[in-house]
Amino acid sequence: MLDIRDLRATVGDKEILKGISLKVGAGEVHAIMGPNGSGKSTLAQVLAGNPAFEVSGGHMTFEGRELAELAPEERAQAGIFLAFQYPIEIPGVSNAYFLRSAYNEIRKARGEEEVDPMEFVGIVEQKLQLVDMHADMLQRSVNVGFSGGEKKRNEILQLAVLEPKLAILDETDSGLDIDALRTVADGVNKLRDKHRSFIVVTHYQRLLNYIVPDHVHVLAGGRIVRSGGKELALELEEKGYDWLVEPAGVAG
Amino acid sequence: MTTRYAEQFQAFQQDGARTAPSWVNDARRAAYQRFEAQGFPTTRDEDWHFTSPSPIVERDFTFVAARTGDVTAADVASFGFGADDWHTAVFVNGRFEASLSSLARLGSGGRVLSLAEAWTTAPELAKRVGTVLTQPGAFTSLNSAFMPDGAVVHVAKDVTVQRPVHLLFITDANAAKNVIHPRNLIVAERGAKVTVIESHVSLGDAEHFTNAVTEVSVGDGSTVEHYKVQREGRRAYHVGTVEAVQGRDSHFVSFSFATGAALSRTNIYARLAGAGCGATLNGLYMLDGEQHCDHQTRIEHVEPNCFSREVYKGVLDDRSHGVFNGKVYVHPEAQKTDGKQTNNTLLLSPDAQVDTKPQLEIFADDVKCTHGATVGKLDEMALFYMKSRGVNADTAKRLLIYAFAADVLEMIEQPEVRESLERETLERFIAREEELVLSSRGA
Repeated sequence: MLDIRDLRATVGDKEILKGISLKVGAGEVHAIMGPNGSGKSTLAQVLAGNPAFEVSGGHMTFEGRELAELAPEERAQAGIFLAFQYPIEIPGVSNAYFLRSAYNEIRKARGEEEVDPMEFVGIVEQKLQLVDMHADMLQRSVNVGFSGGEKKRNEILQLAVLEPKLAILDETDSGLDIDALRTVADGVNKLRDKHRSFIVVTHYQRLLNYIVPDHVHVLAGGRIVRSGGKELALELEEKGYDWLVEPAGVAG
Repeated sequence: MTTRYAEQFQAFQQDGARTAPSWVNDARRAAYQRFEAQGFPTTRDEDWHFTSPSPIVERDFTFVAARTGDVTAADVASFGFGADDWHTAVFVNGRFEASLSSLARLGSGGRVLSLAEAWTTAPELAKRVGTVLTQPGAFTSLNSAFMPDGAVVHVAKDVTVQRPVHLLFITDANAAKNVIHPRNLIVAERGAKVTVIESHVSLGDAEHFTNAVTEVSVGDGSTVEHYKVQREGRRAYHVGTVEAVQGRDSHFVSFSFATGAALSRTNIYARLAGAGCGATLNGLYMLDGEQHCDHQTRIEHVEPNCFSREVYKGVLDDRSHGVFNGKVYVHPEAQKTDGKQTNNTLLLSPDAQVDTKPQLEIFADDVKCTHGATVGKLDEMALFYMKSRGVNADTAKRLLIYAFAADVLEMIEQPEVRESLERETLERFIAREEELVLSSRGA
């Protein structure tokens, strides 16, 4: 589904991703872990097409299409979704309108009929329970005045409505207490199926107790320094990152 | 150029002015002399540095005392903010039009009169005209020299006028080449509460000049909400001053919405002259083409323990020019003043221009005053956020422009005004219907 080869990315003059290779198959859950500044959030942003980063080398293909050639909205329409670490507030635009605009754009790109507001309410209502959100939230401005937990749940609601093929969760666990974390993780787990893949970017192993990954990769200094199964996450919890980062520093 | 006005003033004195008592005409003459002494401002005047009034001065706008116009009730309804139970006073080309107005539902404590009539029918009230103004500029003096008509709104002690009072100034094709001088007085006595919408609109595209002055006396413990909505035609010229004086524990809420006129200058002045009062001055201007829109605000903290809040936003497209000049004066006695001012401008075109000048002059030592101004383009991260959801680039951009403007519209307390202006702004940038677009309030 996703094939990343020797991906390099810069911001300004600074190279942040220094050659990343990663394959994600349909239905797989990959965790990307690493210390602060390792480039793991950058990887998530680059996949979604954040214009603040420049792809300076390598390839990232999604179902055979080169992502670097697609605008962010085209990537979304192709089935990529990024749950933001810091969801953006959009005062004056209701959550419902925003979601429906996105939903209809994606349907249009797939050659499907747009849905009207009434139909859309029906579609969203079932998804709300998935993340334990009240319908009132739909009438509020996008993320404005939302608590940290509400913002993250709203991201997962968008994920549930837009039904991407590949969902990238960028530090979705940051700033969440244990109850909110569980709610968000439960929502994600209900969205797992054999066609939908996930890339879960996180600093802490905690989230992976709830969203159990198939593969774990450790990013340090802009490179993947170790890959393994879910047990690697537990090892990191125990030992921290230093034992992996130091050799990478020497090599780099 | 003032000679032309001298002729008009002479003609007015011999004709339209004669119905008013002599004390009114004495005041008019004194004002005219002040205007002559002042002369029209130029860009050498600090207050007019970014806005040249010469397009107004050079045009031969004529004062016509007689009422003209063919405005219908349907026209009036179209400017009614979707409400049908407001107290509406309609002025056509500057003159009160009783047949188009609906003031019958006002209770006993609220009065809305035509100024032209109030000179004789309510002189004790009409004598308060002019008493609110502290440092009238040339355009205000010119208005005072004529003040042919306008509204006098009076709310008695402890009375709340439930529904808004709408002062609707309509100009039509008959106003071409004319100047109108609307003059309003709003008096809220102790503990009273009233919402007044002063709107200036055009039917058609006549080149005319509106020179409006509104005085607001906000009594002790009273609340006045004043909305100035300037949506005149694209060839109109508009200078409008709103000046309020506030008593102890009172609250003055002002919102200035401006999308009209070729050139407009709006002055909003609040003098917090009693302890423990508050002033909220917000505004939104959205311009395109070659429009020029200037707002000057002045908040004068005279007494201690008062607060002021001010948010002005501008959305400037094409070759338009926006000006914001916000002054906050804190007198030595005005300790514990809490003032906050912001002016944010969104530039949609490389040729759009903004001049923003916040001025804080603080003479008390125990105050908290901040101001900030930003000028920018759309937030790239917010654009990316929307696009990452599949929203196409153009829609994302339009939604964000709307969001920028809606941010200050959301602060409007009066629901019909808020919803109507939100809808208008939405149509301006998104051009789609939509029941679900508008978010509910209080997020």
